[in-house]
Amino acid sequence: MRNVDSTLVTHYLDHAATTPMLPAAVEAFVESAGRVGNASSLHTAGRAARKTVEESRERIAAALGCRPSEVVFTSGGTESDNLAVKGTWAARRDADPRRTRVVTSAIEHHAVLDPVEHLVEHRGATVSWLEPDRCGHLAVDDLRAVLAEQADDAAVVSVMWANNEVGTVQAVAELAAVAREHGVPFHTDAVQAVAHLPVRFEESGADLMTVTAHKLGGPLGVGALVARRDAVLVPQLHGGGQERQVRSGTLDVPAIHAFAVALEETVGTRDVEAKRVLGLRDRLVEGALGLDLGITVSGCWRPGDGTGRLPGNAHLLVPGCEGDSLLYLLDAAGVECSTGSACQAGVPQPSHVLLAMGYPEAEARGALRLSLGHTSTDADVDAFLAALPGVVERARRAGGLL
Amino acid sequence: MRVVAAMSGGVDSAVAAARVLDAGHEVVGVHLALSRSAATLRESARGCCTIEDAGDARRVADRLGIPFYVWDLAARFERDVVEDFVAEYAAGRTPNPCLRCNEKIKFAGLLDKAVALGFDAVATGHYARVVEGATGRELHRAADVAKDQSYVLGVLDADQLARAFFPLGDLTKPQVREEAAARGFSVARKPDSHDICFVPDGDTRAWLTRRLGERPGELVDAISGEVVGEHAGAHGFTVGQRRGLGIDRSRLDGEPRYVVEVDAPRNRVLVGTSDLLGVDVVDGAHLRWCGPAPEGEVAVGAQVRAHGAEVGARALVDGDAVRVRLAERVRGVAPGQSVVLYDGTRVVGSATITATSRAA
Repeated sequence: MRNVDSTLVTHYLDHAATTPMLPAAVEAFVESAGRVGNASSLHTAGRAARKTVEESRERIAAALGCRPSEVVFTSGGTESDNLAVKGTWAARRDADPRRTRVVTSAIEHHAVLDPVEHLVEHRGATVSWLEPDRCGHLAVDDLRAVLAEQADDAAVVSVMWANNEVGTVQAVAELAAVAREHGVPFHTDAVQAVAHLPVRFEESGADLMTVTAHKLGGPLGVGALVARRDAVLVPQLHGGGQERQVRSGTLDVPAIHAFAVALEETVGTRDVEAKRVLGLRDRLVEGALGLDLGITVSGCWRPGDGTGRLPGNAHLLVPGCEGDSLLYLLDAAGVECSTGSACQAGVPQPSHVLLAMGYPEAEARGALRLSLGHTSTDADVDAFLAALPGVVERARRAGGLL
Repeated sequence: MRVVAAMSGGVDSAVAAARVLDAGHEVVGVHLALSRSAATLRESARGCCTIEDAGDARRVADRLGIPFYVWDLAARFERDVVEDFVAEYAAGRTPNPCLRCNEKIKFAGLLDKAVALGFDAVATGHYARVVEGATGRELHRAADVAKDQSYVLGVLDADQLARAFFPLGDLTKPQVREEAAARGFSVARKPDSHDICFVPDGDTRAWLTRRLGERPGELVDAISGEVVGEHAGAHGFTVGQRRGLGIDRSRLDGEPRYVVEVDAPRNRVLVGTSDLLGVDVVDGAHLRWCGPAPEGEVAVGAQVRAHGAEVGARALVDGDAVRVRLAERVRGVAPGQSVVLYDGTRVVGSATITATSRAA
């Protein structure tokens, strides 16, 4: 509303969608953006750009617990997931034509699910689905059972580190160990995890890991696929042969620079920040449940639990409401959040994650995701809790009409 | 007031939204997602359903600095408009889906949701005027007679009208385009939508055949009862239709033939010469009054299709039905269309045509 917008204080509770850039990252971005230089050029300007890229690569590797040579820069999470899933699948099948199977879960992000679907529809892949329990957890034994039976034809395993909608954290190290026992490459999408969980690539045992800058205070449009040195990938973008011949394209020097600065700062303050955000999250959830509006938390939530569920994730189910009504009313009240699920042409769709966790569609329609991060404050939580009763009441009136 | 501006992505609803905002209201733009398979970018805009249209509407909202949302009313639209459309054709009638959409979607599904969420009214880009009259808000024809859309709004009752804004009622189409251009809207020169929005290629008969299947039957002479041809489904025909009958005229008397009746139960299409088309008694049901219901027999103007002329008439309301006696015979009046009744420029109400005949 025009008359209100200019004075309305907004409360940004959608860090799982994207995070505000850290000031140091903005500074790094602007600094590098003001300098000419293609990192592949051999002259002085090119060497300076290359230096920025390689220093950034080293800082990123140190922060993620991997070697610099294992960092492959991409345009972000979707590209990294596509490269990991399709690139590994193609390489493994080329080496042995029996290997056509993808093992993944029903609660992956669309950046994994849709490449898998593409492989099935156009390349003859088969899929084994790991089904989550009511909390959104995948059982390590399920993966063990699948691979015990089908290790010969398994091309790749892909399981996310933490879910973007309900925040469930998977037992990545255990899952990766099972895949390793059977000699199957293991990919994990750690996009949501890095900001708040102790993500260490080497220790995780994963072969491939997706990260993106804008979920941790960095710029949009840059990320990385961390790939073990022995990981074999068929390139998905062909061209100048940058990034280990795996990902062609002129490197985005300012974005990479800002990515490194943001990641370093985020990881440096991560333990303290996770604890702080966890306290806010728990207060938000307890406050919402205490309003006596019939609201429940999707999946499993225990106060103080920031390891089984992302500390910044609150995912609520509001019976009798449509998610889009809740979003509109909260937006009008200055609270910015999400349903958590994908939109189609601006319309939130019932979440495939909630459906896979066993929620009926009617319940899934009233989903509301509040995701907290480095800018979140008590005032944000207070604003949300203050707005919620009126919002739910109105949304229920609208929900009863359909 | 807090107003939802229904924004189709076309030029009319864009200017309507801008005018409501200028009038000092708090405005939120809402684009209705009415198609379940909206994931297509079509070349031509047909009014409601493409991603491109939603994007155009969003850009106008951005330009106006108003919030913008897409509301999914696809399930209701399918049930209340599309399925009704198919069922009506299957029953041998010729429905007008725009009226149904206004009655059940724009000023019901959308309006009710808006009111529940705290809005006071819905504004659309229809060409019609709402005037404060002696008995409340009245619906009138638009100033631009050529663009007047009061016919498709004749289904709105007083409660719906009380929450309806039509900011374009005093403008002509060229003025609206000019204003859109002056406001810097990218849709200023976007072509008008036409046809039926959920029939993307405009071929209603083929669309209906996909929904209903082929149902071969006979074309029968309305007078002699003689079989004069065949058809692939009675749902492909409308009273007054001349083209696409596939009759070999040389076998007849050389006179053109028209559809004079669609007999759905027997799957027959009755054809005859033009002199059989004129009727002057129209019976209607599903009465909708835009204000107080008339009592007894009243003198009115009657319009029997979207772009038809108004003719003088007398209407007699009898419970849930109305009989409209036209002052002159009108050709091509199809059951399923609406007869909208006027008192001067004021819309009195409407009825869905159930039968037509000739006064003795």
